[in-house]
Amino acid sequence: MAVERVCVIGAGVIGSLYAGHLARNVEVSVLTRRAEHADALNADGLRISGKSDFTARVRATAEPGEIEDFDLGIVATKATQLEEAAGALAGRFPAATLMTIQNGLGAEELVRNHGDWPLFSAVTFMSGVRHDDTHVEYELDTETWLGPFAGTATFEQAQEVEALLIDAGLHARAFLDLRPAQWSKLIFNATVNSVSALTDLPHVSAFAARDGETDLGNLVHDLMDEGKSVAAAAGVPLHEDPWLMNVQAVRRGETLAAEGHYAHVPSMLEDVRAGRPTEIDFITGALVREASRHGVPAPLHTAMYRLVRARETA
Amino acid sequence: MRIAVIGCGAVGSLFAANLGTLDDVEVWAYDPWQEHVDAINANGLRLSGAGDVVGRVHATADPGELPPCELGVVATKSQHTSAAMADTAHAFEQGSVCSVQNGAGNEELVAEHVRQVIRGTTFPAGRVIEPGHVRWDTKGDTHIGPFEPSPAPMDAVEALADACTRAGMPTHALADARGAQWRKLIFNAASNAIAALTGRTHGRVAEAPTRELAWAVMAEGRAVAEAQGITLDMSPEELFDHAARKDVAYGHKPSMLQDVEAGRETEIDFLNGAIVAFGERYGVDAPLNRALTELVKGKETA
Repeated sequence: MAVERVCVIGAGVIGSLYAGHLARNVEVSVLTRRAEHADALNADGLRISGKSDFTARVRATAEPGEIEDFDLGIVATKATQLEEAAGALAGRFPAATLMTIQNGLGAEELVRNHGDWPLFSAVTFMSGVRHDDTHVEYELDTETWLGPFAGTATFEQAQEVEALLIDAGLHARAFLDLRPAQWSKLIFNATVNSVSALTDLPHVSAFAARDGETDLGNLVHDLMDEGKSVAAAAGVPLHEDPWLMNVQAVRRGETLAAEGHYAHVPSMLEDVRAGRPTEIDFITGALVREASRHGVPAPLHTAMYRLVRARETA
Repeated sequence: MRIAVIGCGAVGSLFAANLGTLDDVEVWAYDPWQEHVDAINANGLRLSGAGDVVGRVHATADPGELPPCELGVVATKSQHTSAAMADTAHAFEQGSVCSVQNGAGNEELVAEHVRQVIRGTTFPAGRVIEPGHVRWDTKGDTHIGPFEPSPAPMDAVEALADACTRAGMPTHALADARGAQWRKLIFNAASNAIAALTGRTHGRVAEAPTRELAWAVMAEGRAVAEAQGITLDMSPEELFDHAARKDVAYGHKPSMLQDVEAGRETEIDFLNGAIVAFGERYGVDAPLNRALTELVKGKETA
């Protein structure tokens, strides 16, 4: 698959980081939610600062009907807005391949309900900060991992996308099967996001503290153990131990804090602080549904799911 | 008879003011809040709301001033029990001391300082609205009985129950008060911790999606009570539903939610934390209560 035209659906922080970098090498169109956002991008271009520093030209619109044909579509909406975005693509772009990068599980199936495009599953560890509609700061320049979804695309095609992202100045890695990595991130996210949303704590060292009997790290560890047992029941070997991911992220956070940066606020805590709906259904909810499907108990994640849901609607 | 109330916040004031209406009882109150102490000594301790009462009470912020007493009633927040008892134990060398605090684990702390201890559970509630003046929100019963590892004699338990009941605070003297205490503990642990984490009132905690969680948390508490050979005197689940009624306490913010909203330390160690600790002692796992304890303790540090 020769990728000459990319469409990024959803221009939040992650979508903007893909759009800006890729626009340096290929033609990039962007679908935004707000017309003013599209107008501003068309007028001023998209500035990326931080780990990269440039301004890119992109073609933006808030009207799905105005999107022109593309070879690769990167679906970068929040999981809560995925249904609407996939619906807007339905029945069109038969030659395109799509890539979903949503948190949690189930994005691929949801998109495939709207059309039989070949799909890449993807997860990303990049992060950034949105300054305004046309300026995003590239903060954490970590990898995007992708792989063919359920035989709809090939590993060679995934490697082409990997090369495309690397040429654009991003970090990427193609996998034969993404599920082990996807599940590692799922268990990590289900735990860290829900604990953070309920305690109001950013992802700080308390998440890895297990010295005292009632230290928070004990709960984090128990939740990850429960998640691992669900993965085992689903027959998915994990790519990384989510507990080690947690310990490493906390240590990296301590280093950054020592340099004067703010502690990382997980997106679910941002959402509850802002009174927005969270992605709990796609993350912890997905894990609980998988547990039930494979007949293993997940009482702690079930409790976290109910508590976050209740907090959303307090 | 001389009775000292240790910790004269809302609940302590309900006991002190009502007991202060009796002619045959001399009531003392120890509390570190000087303005409250001064107001009580100047004008008496006033209750309004569910009952209008002005009690004669000798108040002091200096524990050294407490005279020897036959009976004590401890009503501090649980996290202050140890310090308050260390300061006041001298007044109870010949006396018996009753905890009417929330949760479980307070009697054990009282017993580190006093020989004759009474286990207690009280339902009435209120709030301090100004120095010397407490709003009495809810009336209700109190259940007391000897604390088994370091018991007060039964006649001391009966003397306290009799004085409280005559003063307008119906109090039952029981040989075994654990059933009443654990019924309230199990109810409180579920309502308070879930409310503190979600921001929901009691009535909304009793609804989806937290209703099933609350019931699972109470089931763990029941298992820990059963392992100790405790027979609950009432169903905590029925109490939960009763309190959730619109005409009872649907819109009530449990005290732990009020504490986290005000950035104060909570009583989590004596509620869900106590269920976990007693469970460990008796070989019963309480993973949901442990998770709630760790979450609330995390939230306290946020």
